[in-house]
Amino acid sequence: MSEKEIIDLEEQFQARIDRGENIEPKDWMPEKYRKTHIRQISQHAHSEIVGMLPEGNWITRTPSLRRKVALLAKVQDEAGHGLYLYSATETLGISRDELFEQLHSGKAKYSSIFNYPVITWADIGAIGWLVDGAAIMNQVMLTRTSYGPYARAMVRICKEESFHQRQGYEIMLTLAQGTKVQKEMAQDALNRWWWPSLMMFGPTDEASTHTEQSMKWKIKRKTNDELRQQFVNQTVPQAEFLGLTIPDKDLKWNEERGQYDFGEIDWDEFWRVVKGHGPCNKERLHARKSAYEKGKWVRDAAVAYADKKAKQTLKEAV
Amino acid sequence: MSKNWPLFEVFIRSKNGLEHRHVGSLHAADATMAIENARDVYTRRMEGVSIWVVESENITASNPEQAGEIFEPAADKVYRHPTFYDLPDEVKHI
Repeated sequence: MSEKEIIDLEEQFQARIDRGENIEPKDWMPEKYRKTHIRQISQHAHSEIVGMLPEGNWITRTPSLRRKVALLAKVQDEAGHGLYLYSATETLGISRDELFEQLHSGKAKYSSIFNYPVITWADIGAIGWLVDGAAIMNQVMLTRTSYGPYARAMVRICKEESFHQRQGYEIMLTLAQGTKVQKEMAQDALNRWWWPSLMMFGPTDEASTHTEQSMKWKIKRKTNDELRQQFVNQTVPQAEFLGLTIPDKDLKWNEERGQYDFGEIDWDEFWRVVKGHGPCNKERLHARKSAYEKGKWVRDAAVAYADKKAKQTLKEAV
Repeated sequence: MSKNWPLFEVFIRSKNGLEHRHVGSLHAADATMAIENARDVYTRRMEGVSIWVVESENITASNPEQAGEIFEPAADKVYRHPTFYDLPDEVKHI
C-alpha cells in the first residue's frame, strides 16, 4: 500500500470513530491502534489473572463460610474476566501463548496494585472496596470504547464486578462496627491501600504519554485525572460512613469546584513499583510462572487425550 | 513446545424459546472440554440452558471490505417494507 493510500484509510478510520462507530476485528485499522489495544487489553487481562493470587491466598483463612463462598466466587470471576480479555486480545492477531510469554518474561505489565502485600483480613475488604471500586470506574468507561470485542467484554465484566465491591465494603463495615481492634484493622488497611488505589488511574494527564491518542481513538473516554477525581468524590463519603479516616491531610471539600481537593501522590513510589521494585513484584510473577509450569502436564495430557479420541473416531468412520 | 489448544466460539441459549447467541470464545483441547469450560466461563450466573461450541477455524466470515457490494443493494429497496404501500386509514386489519 502506498503512503497516500494509508493516509486515506487512516482518515476514513478516524471518521468512523468520530461518527461513533465501533471497530470490529476484521476491519482495517492503523497498526498503532492494533498495537495500543494489544498492550492495553492484555495488560488488563494479566491484571485479572495476577489479581487472583493475593486473594486466592486468603480463601482458606476467611472468618466465616459466608465470606469464603463470596471470596471463592470473586476469585473465579477474576479468572473469567481474564479469559474474556485474553480472547478479545487474540482477535487482534496475537496468540494466547505469546501473551503468556509476555507476562512471564516481564515484557507486559499488569496493574501495580497487585504488587502490594495483603497482610490482614481487612485488606480483603479494602481491596474489594477500593481496588475493585477504582477498577469499576475505569471499566464502566471502557464499555463505550471503540473496539467492539473489548467493549463487549467490559459489559460482561461490569455486570459481574459490582458484587466484588459490595462484598468488600460489607467486610469493612462489619470490621468498622466491630471491636476496637477490628476497627483499627480496618483503618490500617485503608491507610495502606488508599494511595496505591489512587495510583491505579495511572500518571497525571500531563505525564501520560498515551492519553491524547487514546482519547482521539475513543479507546479512553475520560482522562486519568478525571477518573481519579471521580473516584475520590465517590469514596470519601463512603469512608465517612464507615467512621474511618482517609490518610490524606490535604483532603478537603472544595465548595467552588464542587469536588474534593486531595494531596500529591508519591510518583516516585508509583514508578518504582511499575519498574518492578514494589514489595511483591517478584513473588507474584514467581507464583504465576510456577502455576503455569506445574499445569503443563495437565495441558499436554488433555491434548494427547483429544488426539487419541480424534484418531479413534477416524478409525470407526473407516 | 506443546501444541496449542484450538479456539472455540461459544453460543448460549439463555432460555428455551430463544435462539443461541454468540457470547465469546475460549480455548480447549476438544469440543467436550470446550463445553465444560464454557459452562464455567459463560454461565456462572444462570445465563443459559444450552451451549453450542464450534471451532473458530470452521467459521467462514464475510469480508468487511466487501460490505458495500454485499449489503448496499438492500438499501434502496424500500418496497420490501409494509410502510411503502399507501392505504387509506379506513381499511382495517391490514
